[in-house]
Amino acid sequence: MNRVPAENLAEVFVEVADTLVDEFDVIEFLQMVTVHASEVVAARQAGLMLADHHDRLQLMAASDERAKSLEIFQSQVLEGPCQDCYLQGQPVVNVDLSEAADRWPRFAPRAVQDGFRSVHAFPMRLRQTVIGALNLFGDEPGRLADSDARVVQALADVATIGILQERAIRRGDVVTEQLQSALNSRIVVEQAKGALAQIRRCSPDDAFDLIRDYCRRNHRRLSEVALAVASDPASVPDLTNASTVGNDLLGSPGA
Amino acid sequence: MTATGDGATAVLALVEAELTDANDRPAVVGWLQRLCRAAARELPANGVAITLMSAEREPLTAAASSANSVLVEELQFTLGEGPCLEAHRTRMPVLVPDLAVIERTWPGYAEAVYDLGVRAVFAFPMQSGAASFGVLDVYRDSAGHLSRQELTSALTFAEVAMTALVDAQQRPGQVEMVLEDAVDSRFEVYQAQGMLMVQLGVDLGVALVRLRAYAYADERSLGAVARDIVDGTLTLQEGDE
Repeated sequence: MNRVPAENLAEVFVEVADTLVDEFDVIEFLQMVTVHASEVVAARQAGLMLADHHDRLQLMAASDERAKSLEIFQSQVLEGPCQDCYLQGQPVVNVDLSEAADRWPRFAPRAVQDGFRSVHAFPMRLRQTVIGALNLFGDEPGRLADSDARVVQALADVATIGILQERAIRRGDVVTEQLQSALNSRIVVEQAKGALAQIRRCSPDDAFDLIRDYCRRNHRRLSEVALAVASDPASVPDLTNASTVGNDLLGSPGA
Repeated sequence: MTATGDGATAVLALVEAELTDANDRPAVVGWLQRLCRAAARELPANGVAITLMSAEREPLTAAASSANSVLVEELQFTLGEGPCLEAHRTRMPVLVPDLAVIERTWPGYAEAVYDLGVRAVFAFPMQSGAASFGVLDVYRDSAGHLSRQELTSALTFAEVAMTALVDAQQRPGQVEMVLEDAVDSRFEVYQAQGMLMVQLGVDLGVALVRLRAYAYADERSLGAVARDIVDGTLTLQEGDE
């Protein structure tokens, strides 16, 4: 797999750190982390999952957010590399999916069918607590260089800090507040995608692109705009009033 | 079965095992009163209360484990400050293991509930994404954090209470839950909620009610119905159930 030159790596962490101090939006932040993680190891898809209060992993963000591409994460409800990584609190690396049917009888064949060959998962740890995992899928089998593994683990650590925030980490046991809030933010985004898809007669994937474009143009936070769309679509008329928005905003014609 | 189903099922069994009281209100409110008592016994806590909150109306304390808990709960609405209001506003749990520490955040509230013997308050929003129904509050007469297990338990009680509320809106007088559906967290389910909100011209909370009611009446899983809505093969009209 491709190695990332040191200067690019520095840029990655500078950008991640910038997001943390800036107007911080947890979903956007985690999405950026997954994009960088996928670039570092040239993975086709990277995703970040957090455990809810039932210890069930929920997808928070992915480098490729199209619904079809997200299925690989959501198919890990019962078993999979992310589960193992979360439960054991240890990285799961360099697994050749075509030889993993014994380990994950349901998940591995499915992943291979989707064209994936390799998988890695890195725990998101805060001291003794594991809150989730960063999961990478590649098209080809391949070993991760130790230095690349360290970089991805560092990205997972930064993501953990970003979610829990310094305040919570100092208070020690208050992980729950931040985690619940982050998990709920992702639900809001999905509800907003549905509402906007219905209003604009497009697919939820296209609706997500519309929301993100709107946020970039107007310098607004994803979670805040998603909450407005899901609570009261009319409160974001530029986005939800189809007649006032040029069709050029639609990346591709909706389904 | 996933741990999710097990946790919620255990909570449901605790509520069903809780004795009814002669003063319990009918239907879902009475059921929530039993849920509050079961939660107070299980956690344990000195008081548990549920307050319904929405943009349209004043907060309404619908159920509590004891008369004293109603008093404590309602204080924050009289005073206009407190963890329950904060949890609703911020959409996240507000955990106050020691009231003495928040004296500066909510001076009036802290003093008033302290006088009623409360030392710790934990507020859990009953919400799913942008849809919020209210807050479940837990009170203790000694300071200290909730353990991880107690936190999980409290979150599950809040989750089950919300499900009971949602389902009761469609089938009043009847508390019956399909818990497996209640915890279906595939993205299609949330997207379908948003789509239904627009299709039916209702708010998101009502859309949640309608989606679950439709799946129940059609004897299909929530995930399957949601997928059809997202695909556009199923469109609900006003009056469909």
